[in-house]
Amino acid sequence: MSDAYLHPPWKDLNRQHQAVTFGMWVFLASEVLLFGGLFAGYTIYRDLYSRGFLAAGHQTSIVFGTINTAILMTSSLTMAVAGRAARAALLRTARLMLMATFFLGVLFLILKGFEYREDIQKGLFPGHGFPLTAAGAQIFFSFYWVMTGIHALHVTGGLAAVLRLIIASARNREWLAGSTSEEATALYWHLVDVIWIILYPLLYLAGRVNG
Amino acid sequence: MNGPIPVGRPDYLRDGSTLRSWLFTTDHKRIAILFAIAITFFFFVGGAAITIVRMELVTPAGDLVSDDTYNKLFTIHGIIMVWFFLIPSIPATLGNFLLPLMIGAEDLAFPRINLLSWYLYMAGASFTLAMLVLGGVDTGWTFYTPYSTMFSNGAVLVAAGGVLISGFSSILTGVNFIATTHTLRTPGMTWFRLPLFVWAMYATSLVMVLATPVLAMTLVLVMAERWLGLPFFDPSRGGDPLLFQHLFWFYSHPAVYIMILPAMGVVSEIITCFARRRLFGYSFMVYALVAIAVIGFFVWGHHMFVSGQSAYANLVFSFLSFMVAVPSAIKVFNWTATLYRGSITFEAPMLYAFGFLGLFTIGGLTGLFLATVPIDIHVTDTYFVVAHFHYIMVGGAVSAYLGGLHYWWPKITGKRYPEAWARFAAILMFFGFNLTFFPQFVMGYLGMPRRYHVYPPEFQVYHVLSSGGAAVLGAAYLLPLAYLLVSLFTNERAGPNPWHAKGLEWQTTSPPPRLNFDRQPIVPNVPYDYHPKGGPVEREETANGDAA
Repeated sequence: MSDAYLHPPWKDLNRQHQAVTFGMWVFLASEVLLFGGLFAGYTIYRDLYSRGFLAAGHQTSIVFGTINTAILMTSSLTMAVAGRAARAALLRTARLMLMATFFLGVLFLILKGFEYREDIQKGLFPGHGFPLTAAGAQIFFSFYWVMTGIHALHVTGGLAAVLRLIIASARNREWLAGSTSEEATALYWHLVDVIWIILYPLLYLAGRVNG
Repeated sequence: MNGPIPVGRPDYLRDGSTLRSWLFTTDHKRIAILFAIAITFFFFVGGAAITIVRMELVTPAGDLVSDDTYNKLFTIHGIIMVWFFLIPSIPATLGNFLLPLMIGAEDLAFPRINLLSWYLYMAGASFTLAMLVLGGVDTGWTFYTPYSTMFSNGAVLVAAGGVLISGFSSILTGVNFIATTHTLRTPGMTWFRLPLFVWAMYATSLVMVLATPVLAMTLVLVMAERWLGLPFFDPSRGGDPLLFQHLFWFYSHPAVYIMILPAMGVVSEIITCFARRRLFGYSFMVYALVAIAVIGFFVWGHHMFVSGQSAYANLVFSFLSFMVAVPSAIKVFNWTATLYRGSITFEAPMLYAFGFLGLFTIGGLTGLFLATVPIDIHVTDTYFVVAHFHYIMVGGAVSAYLGGLHYWWPKITGKRYPEAWARFAAILMFFGFNLTFFPQFVMGYLGMPRRYHVYPPEFQVYHVLSSGGAAVLGAAYLLPLAYLLVSLFTNERAGPNPWHAKGLEWQTTSPPPRLNFDRQPIVPNVPYDYHPKGGPVEREETANGDAA
């Protein structure tokens, strides 16, 4: 039974599980540094152009941003429940929770698309006809587009990984109980969520402080 | 050898001969070969570009190629040699092949991700080839803004895209190596019994995993500015071009350690074997590798002494750059001390290792010149800098790569290489290298700027010497390509352990079977167990190693 989950060169499922999880943690360190470059740049420019960042940060859509934050955090909850359920052999619950995660992730991307449309209608893409004149406002929106764009790519990657779990567990009902991929996928999904939790204050809340 | 070879058991080279069995293999040894073929191709493409540059520089006038072509040639040389040869050179080929063998594992922890890593490299490589076809890039390998984002007419997007994609190949290789070293060591292979080569791969992987993503994001920002007009580095719209330099060197200085740490690992294996000595100060060698990897993250500002950063920043970065020389010096002294009372023989790998030792020392010491702010201001952007980093990357990393290739050639292919030719090539390379790059120190110090197409006639003598040396060096690189390829078709079997070396990789057959070992090896001992501790060298084992 457990042989179905073993991949070469592994001979022991526990060891494989450890390696997959550990490998994912190492990869996540890399991901943190990837966004770290963006956070460093944002911090430097915010220090240089605090007024411009305040004015520009006021223009992002707080409604879309907040709803999407709630959606993504809920999806992390469903992902965590899926893992616990799989380990408790509640396979039906686990699959339902994975599907909920997938649905919430897609919903996040759809809402993000609507938000992008609204941003473009307001002319908030840096370039000719950019409505804000404060120094640094264009820089703020440059970060807005790249940060949310790269994050959306990560959500898409995470969705592909979740979909893989759903398909594999549809083919073989027992699969989730012993698979070593579930935890790695969950770790990745949570990281994508954590990054958003940092982006949310940087892009949506920072422009709305009094002062 | 642990026991007889099972009857009918093929080695990894004969375990399937279709193209499919190579392109979809998950065998780390075959993937290493795939990488080796690809990087060899790029090595000679990058070499061809610089050959034309060196021909142009024989005369002070710009009479062979146009200035635009000249800029593109040195850029292509830099991009290809850094990202498509040096970064993957030792880790993706020798590292891929040897890491599992050295720790007694059947494969890397994630064999399919290892294959993915090769495909990502090839995807990046095809972007780079497309860049060549589309007319090249003239930004220099450093992609400095605002030139790369606002003014260059070259195929910057394609070039940056290629480097970006190949970066993910590095990251995945790094993750794989780290996870493998943690989880797949055979019984008895404790952390402080790991060969130095494995430690070097581990330290390199840390740098790959933590520095490469910053380069990736930096290139994304460059591409976003050039393609979408987002003004990250555009001073007229509030951007700061210097931010690019900070982010770029945050990766690209540690990248130097991605190139040199593996070389240090190779040299540790070779010197112990051909001196028949235990490595002097093993644990210090380990700590030095890790220290170089860690401190290497905090020295990037020494590339920016003339950028206008604060004097305090210059002071701190200068100090930290001196700090990184301490573990490097520990390594050089320990290799030298390893030779003491050794029974030294001069096979080709050892000649390369000696070449490494001398050239790396010169490269490292001139690095201290450059870490000193006033001297750096004098020689910034001159040939002094070019000579310095070629002593590290070519004199150091490429020498070690070729040394390692010769040392493990019998294990990888099962064949012996022609020793006399190999010694000749190693010696030729050493002299060709010094003739090429030593004059560059002198002319750089006298004020010859790098990347110039046309130059004042008083520098001609140095340029002629350098170009002459480059011709010798080129011949010395073509030699191994020829005789190593020929050796594949000879019948001279190497046997499992032609050097009587002590590493685990020598305890299996040459070439190894698909799963590396016929029986799981157990490690009872410390590495480099060439003689009883404190005792004399095993004199009887110093032969060239004809018969085991």
